[in-house]
Amino acid sequence: MSMELIKPGVNIDFVGKMKYAVIFSSILIIIGIGSIIYHGGLNPGIDFAGGSIIQVKFSKNISADQIRAALKSTKLENSTIQQFGVHEFLIRTHESFSDQKMLAANVEQPLSTAFNKDFEIRRVEVVGSKVGSDFTRKAIIAVILSWLAMLIYVGWRFEFRYAVGGILALVHDVIITMGAVSIMNMEFTIATLASLIFIIGFSINDTIVTLDRIRENVKLNPKQKLGDLINLSINQTLSRTVLTSLTVFLTVLALYIFGGAVIHDLAFPMLVGVVIGTYSSIYIACTIVLTFEKMKPSIMKRK
Amino acid sequence: MFKDLKIRIAITAVVCLAALYFLIPTFVSNIPSPLDQYLPKEKIHLGLDLQGGMHLLMEIDTDKALESMMERTSNDLKESLMENKVRFRNVEKAEGATISMELTDSAGKTVLEKVLKDRFPDLEIASSSPRDSGQLVTLKINNKRAIDLKKLTVEHSLETIRNRVDQFGVAEPEIIPEGDNRILLQLPGVKDPERAKNLIGKTALLEFKIVDEENSLDEALRGNIPEGSVIAYGTREDKASGQRGQVPYLLKNKTLLTGASLETAKVQISDRFGEPHVSIKFNAQGAADFDRITNENVRKRLAIVLDGVVHSAPVIQERISGGQAQITGNFTMDEARDLAIVLRAGALPAPVNILEERTVGPSLGSDSIQHGILATIIGSLLVILFMVVYYRLSGAVADLAVIINIILILAVLAAFQATLTLPGIAGMLLTVGVAVDANILIFERIREELRTGKTVRLALNTGYDRAFITIIDTHVSGIVAAIILVFFGTGPIKGFAVTTIIGLLASLFTAIFITRVIFDYVMQNFNIKKLSI
Repeated sequence: MSMELIKPGVNIDFVGKMKYAVIFSSILIIIGIGSIIYHGGLNPGIDFAGGSIIQVKFSKNISADQIRAALKSTKLENSTIQQFGVHEFLIRTHESFSDQKMLAANVEQPLSTAFNKDFEIRRVEVVGSKVGSDFTRKAIIAVILSWLAMLIYVGWRFEFRYAVGGILALVHDVIITMGAVSIMNMEFTIATLASLIFIIGFSINDTIVTLDRIRENVKLNPKQKLGDLINLSINQTLSRTVLTSLTVFLTVLALYIFGGAVIHDLAFPMLVGVVIGTYSSIYIACTIVLTFEKMKPSIMKRK
Repeated sequence: MFKDLKIRIAITAVVCLAALYFLIPTFVSNIPSPLDQYLPKEKIHLGLDLQGGMHLLMEIDTDKALESMMERTSNDLKESLMENKVRFRNVEKAEGATISMELTDSAGKTVLEKVLKDRFPDLEIASSSPRDSGQLVTLKINNKRAIDLKKLTVEHSLETIRNRVDQFGVAEPEIIPEGDNRILLQLPGVKDPERAKNLIGKTALLEFKIVDEENSLDEALRGNIPEGSVIAYGTREDKASGQRGQVPYLLKNKTLLTGASLETAKVQISDRFGEPHVSIKFNAQGAADFDRITNENVRKRLAIVLDGVVHSAPVIQERISGGQAQITGNFTMDEARDLAIVLRAGALPAPVNILEERTVGPSLGSDSIQHGILATIIGSLLVILFMVVYYRLSGAVADLAVIINIILILAVLAAFQATLTLPGIAGMLLTVGVAVDANILIFERIREELRTGKTVRLALNTGYDRAFITIIDTHVSGIVAAIILVFFGTGPIKGFAVTTIIGLLASLFTAIFITRVIFDYVMQNFNIKKLSI
C-alpha cells in the first residue's frame, strides 16, 4: 500500500470555483499594491538606491538604541539600525561612503568610544547612485525579459493562449510576492530580484505540467468540453503539483531557518512565491486559458 | 538513446568517477607526493562572501584623460604655431576636451590647417567664427581617435592596476574590464580595505617642478598668480603638536620630469631618524634629463609633486648625476611601501572613481559557510526523508540521484573553476528540491499506469516516456530564467544562477538517466512482480 497525500481519482471542481480564485487573487494583489503605495513605493536596498550598509557584531548584548546614541552627531545619525542575528546589527544609510576615512570617522571611532572596541565590523557595502540606477534598469529588464522568454517558450511548445495564461500567472506571482516583501517592510535587493526570477522559473514549471496534461487530454477526448478537460487535468496532476511544491518548500524553509540572516532577502520571497506560484498555476493560468477559450472557441478545434 | 544497459551503466560510472576525481583536492587536503601530479590541483573556488575579501567596481574617468592630453597638446600647438609664424592669442584648453584660440591674422586659418595636418593629425577644427580681422577657432580631437584614446586609457589603467595588485600581494585576484570604462576587482583576503583602495585608486602621477622664487608667493595667494605658475600645497607635520598643516608653494607650471622616467622605486630607512623614505632610480633617459635639470637649476628648489600634492621641495645643491633621488615626507612604513609600489607600477593615465565597494570580513564568510552547509544538509535530508517515506524503494533511487546531483554540481564548479557563493549554496539546495520533481513526475505517472493494471515493466516504460518531454520543458524554462539572471546579476547572485543552471543540467542526467539505469538493472536481474513505489 503506497502512501498518498492526494488520493487517486480525486475530483475537485477547480473550474467551478474559479471565480472565487479570481476574487481571492484580486484581494491579494490589491493588498500588495496597496502596501507598496502606502510605503511610498518599494523599499529599495542600497543595490538600487545607492548608500552604505555596515554590519557590526558586538561581543555582548547591546540594543539598537545604544548604537543610535553612539552615532549621534555623526553622518550616520539618521541611519537605520536593524538587529541582524545575535549581537549583530546592520547600519544602513543613504550616504555612499566611498572614502574609507569617512567610514572610520563616522563609524569606527564613535563605536570605539562608546563600546570600548568590543565589536567587529564584519561587512561594508557601498554602492554609488550611478551603479544603483544601473542595477534598477537591469532589474526591470531582467524581470520583463524572463516573462517574455517564458511567453515565447511556452508559446512555442504549446499554443499562444496557453502561453498568455501562463505568463499572466507569472505576473500575478511577481506582484503578490513583491507585495509580501513590502508588507514585511523588507528591502528590495538584488537577492529579492534573484528570488523573483527563480519564482518565475519555478511557477512556470507547474503551469507547463498542467498545460501538458490538458493538451494530452484534449487530444484523447477532442469532443469533450474544455472546462471539463481542464478540471480533469488539474486533478490528475494535482498530486505531483502538491508534492513538488512541498519538496521545494521544504528546501526553501531550511534555507530561511538555517541559512543565516544574510540569506533572508533571498529565502523569504521564495517562501511566498513557491506557495503563490503553485496556487496560480492551478487557478490563474487555467482560468485565463478558459477565458480565452470562451472568447474564441474555434482555435482549439484547429490545433 | 543508449539501448544497451551495460553501456549506460558504464556511462554512469564514468561520470560519477570523473566527478569524484575533480573533487579530490577540495575534500582531501594533503595528497601524498607522487600521487599529487596525477590529480587536479584546484579546489572549489569560494566567492568573496564566503572567504572574505573585497569587491570593487571602478570607473576610469576617460574624459579626464582626454582633457589632460588636450592640455599638453595645447602647449605643443603654441610652439608649432610660433615656429610657423602664425599670429594668435589665448590658446587654451576649453570646456570638455577642446582647445580654443584666436587667430589675429586673416591668413592664419590656412596655416593652422596645414600645421594640424602635418603635426597634429588627431586634431580637427570643430568650429570657427570671424572675430575682428581674424578668427575664433575651436579644436577638438577627431572622434575615431578619441575613441581609440579612451580605449587605450582603459587598457593602460587595467595594466597598471594589475601590476599594483600583483605587487600588493593578493592571492588569486580577479581583475576584469566591464563595459566601456569600468574595471571590476575581486580581491580575496584583503585585511585592510582602506590601504588596498588607496593603493589601487591612487593616480600616482609623480612630477618634478621648479619652485617659482622670482615671484611672490603671498601675492599669488592673494589671487595674482603669475603667468606660467601655479599654486600647489604640501602637508607638514608639526613635530611638537603632531598636527598636520597645509603649506602653499608657488611652482612653475612646466613639468620637467614625470614618474614615467622611473626605473624603480624602493623603501629605505634614513640613517638619522630611522624614518622610511622612498628612493627612486631613473631610467637612462630620465637620468640624463635629471642631470640636465639639476645642472640648469642649481640653488633653485625642485618640488616633488605626487598627484598635485607637494611632498618636498629641496634646494638643488649641485648637479645630480647617476639618476638617484629620494622622496621624503613623514611616511609610515606602510605608506612608504605602498608609494614605492605605485611608483613602480606607474601612474594611472586617468583618475578612477570607486562606484561600488563590498567588503566581507573572514569571520562573516566562515559563518556563512557554516549556515549554508547546515541549511543544505537539513534541507536535503528533509527531501530525502520525504521521498523514502512517500515512494519507498523508488524514493531511495531518486534520493541516490539527488545525492549524485549535488556531487556533480560541486565537481563541475571545481573542474571549471566557477565560484561558489552563499546564494550559490542556496541554488544548490533549491536544485535538490526541484530535481526530485522530475522523479515525482515520473513516479506519479508510473503509479497512474500501474492503477490501470499495466505490468511493472510497461508502467515503468510508459511513465518515463510520458514524463520525459514534460521534464525537458520544466528544465529548459528553469535554465532560461537562470541564464537571464547570469546576465543581469552580480557577484554572489551570479553564483546562484550558475549553480542553478549546473544543477538543472545535472538533474536531467541524474533524475532521468541514472534512475532509469537503476530500475532497468533491477528489472533485468530480479523478477519483480510488485514495484515499491
